[in-house]
Amino acid sequence: MNPLALIGRFFIALFGEIGSIFIFASKAVPAVVTPPIYLRLIFQQMMRIGYFSLPVVGLTAFFTGGALALQIFIGSDISAQTLVPQIVVLGITRELGPVMAGLMVAGRVSAAIAAELGTMRVTEQIDALVTLSTNPFKYLVAPRLIAAVLTMPILVAIADIIGVMGGWVVGVYSLDFNSAIYLKNTVNGLETGDVTSGLYKAAVFGFIIALMGCFHGYNSKGGAQGVGAATTNAVVSAAILILAANYVMTAMFFGGGR
Amino acid sequence: MTPKIEAKGVFKRFGAKVVLDGLDLTVMPGESMVIIGGSGTGKSVTIKSVLGLVTPDKGSIKVDGLEVTRLGGSAREKVNRKFGMLFQSAALFDSLKVWENVAFALIQGRGLGRTEAKDIALAKLAKVGLGPEVGELSPSELSGGMQKRVGLARAIAAEPEIIFFDEPTTGLDPIMADVINNLIVTTVKDMGVTTLSITHDMASARKIADKIAMLYKGKIIWSGRKEDIDKSGNPFVDQFIHGRAEGPIKMEVGR
Repeated sequence: MNPLALIGRFFIALFGEIGSIFIFASKAVPAVVTPPIYLRLIFQQMMRIGYFSLPVVGLTAFFTGGALALQIFIGSDISAQTLVPQIVVLGITRELGPVMAGLMVAGRVSAAIAAELGTMRVTEQIDALVTLSTNPFKYLVAPRLIAAVLTMPILVAIADIIGVMGGWVVGVYSLDFNSAIYLKNTVNGLETGDVTSGLYKAAVFGFIIALMGCFHGYNSKGGAQGVGAATTNAVVSAAILILAANYVMTAMFFGGGR
Repeated sequence: MTPKIEAKGVFKRFGAKVVLDGLDLTVMPGESMVIIGGSGTGKSVTIKSVLGLVTPDKGSIKVDGLEVTRLGGSAREKVNRKFGMLFQSAALFDSLKVWENVAFALIQGRGLGRTEAKDIALAKLAKVGLGPEVGELSPSELSGGMQKRVGLARAIAAEPEIIFFDEPTTGLDPIMADVINNLIVTTVKDMGVTTLSITHDMASARKIADKIAMLYKGKIIWSGRKEDIDKSGNPFVDQFIHGRAEGPIKMEVGR
């Protein structure tokens, strides 16, 4: 086959997909801000997205904080006692906390949302909602978007604390740092903006995670195979978009280039 | 009298495949219309077009004289309040208990309290021969026949004006199929509603229909009273109702 035709097809499919996502989002966002608001469903989704993601996010943050402390120590000189806690806390709050939590929740939650909505699509449950005079965007999509946007900052705040604690455990018990000095240097190295920028990122990542799960699940077709494909696509696209959005927001918050 | 449902020149294609090719159909108030036809002739797309699940490329669909073909948002939700639908697979929400499924339109659509809605749901379940204990079960705990009954209870729960039945007996044994047919007939007659059903089960069609229309290649090729179908004089209808392999309808087997 003509390679140019292949490239053309790829880009047409890519732009088609991007367009579909924007159209989906343009229906989903108004559904979030217009009644009816299903509080019971939002709370249910907050439990699923937030509470049940705590173990995986906590463990990831702990080990990331620990590994970061080790890496910085290996590359530093006598100023390690000052550098390690400050770089750990900045690395965790600004970048690794939100990104690692975002990626882990994308794997867990985007997949679950896509599988659930995909199954509802192929078993005609979404059609049934429409025949029961219920807007699927308001009943299915909006609660998931709201819940993800609200819970991701909370998850990341917890991940920040656990990540710093991971660095502290490694610093104190493995690198023989003084505990009080480590904590003092951690606090000294931290500014409010470092934490809030991470929390803003988390809210955006939450939106991406829920949107990708809902988009791929809602539009899945072709039975079990289609639901499987929707699940994979949801996770992959959420992960890529999280990393891209992270770069854009880092440049926005902290400036980029020279 | 204004028809309850009136479709004129409805055309729908998916890619290169033309599914509805100028469909004309009229269903009068209180009438029980059954559309028969083989697989892939456009029966499901016909119902989905009326329900707003599929948007036709051309043509007009009116419900109570109101053009609904391109209706969306709250206007479509308002029209859909007139509808009840029994899906082929029942399409029960597996995250909800049986009674919550039946009460769904009452709670979400009509804003009824859960206690009041539950009472109505249990009454509707009783109407289709299911006890209150079934209401507490999950849909996955029910047999196929029970799921259809729950689907029927859900379809009638909000007292709709028009009920759609999509292959109501598919996948059921002949006795359970007859039970469902009887339930449909008695429920529909009690409520005095209009119905539009699709099926390829002739026993079911003969039992629940006042009028039958045959769909072939996206067009209604015959319609009339069910008593007249055996003397339609239409070779396509004759072949279909007698289930003959030989005749003008050629099944597409493989490619």
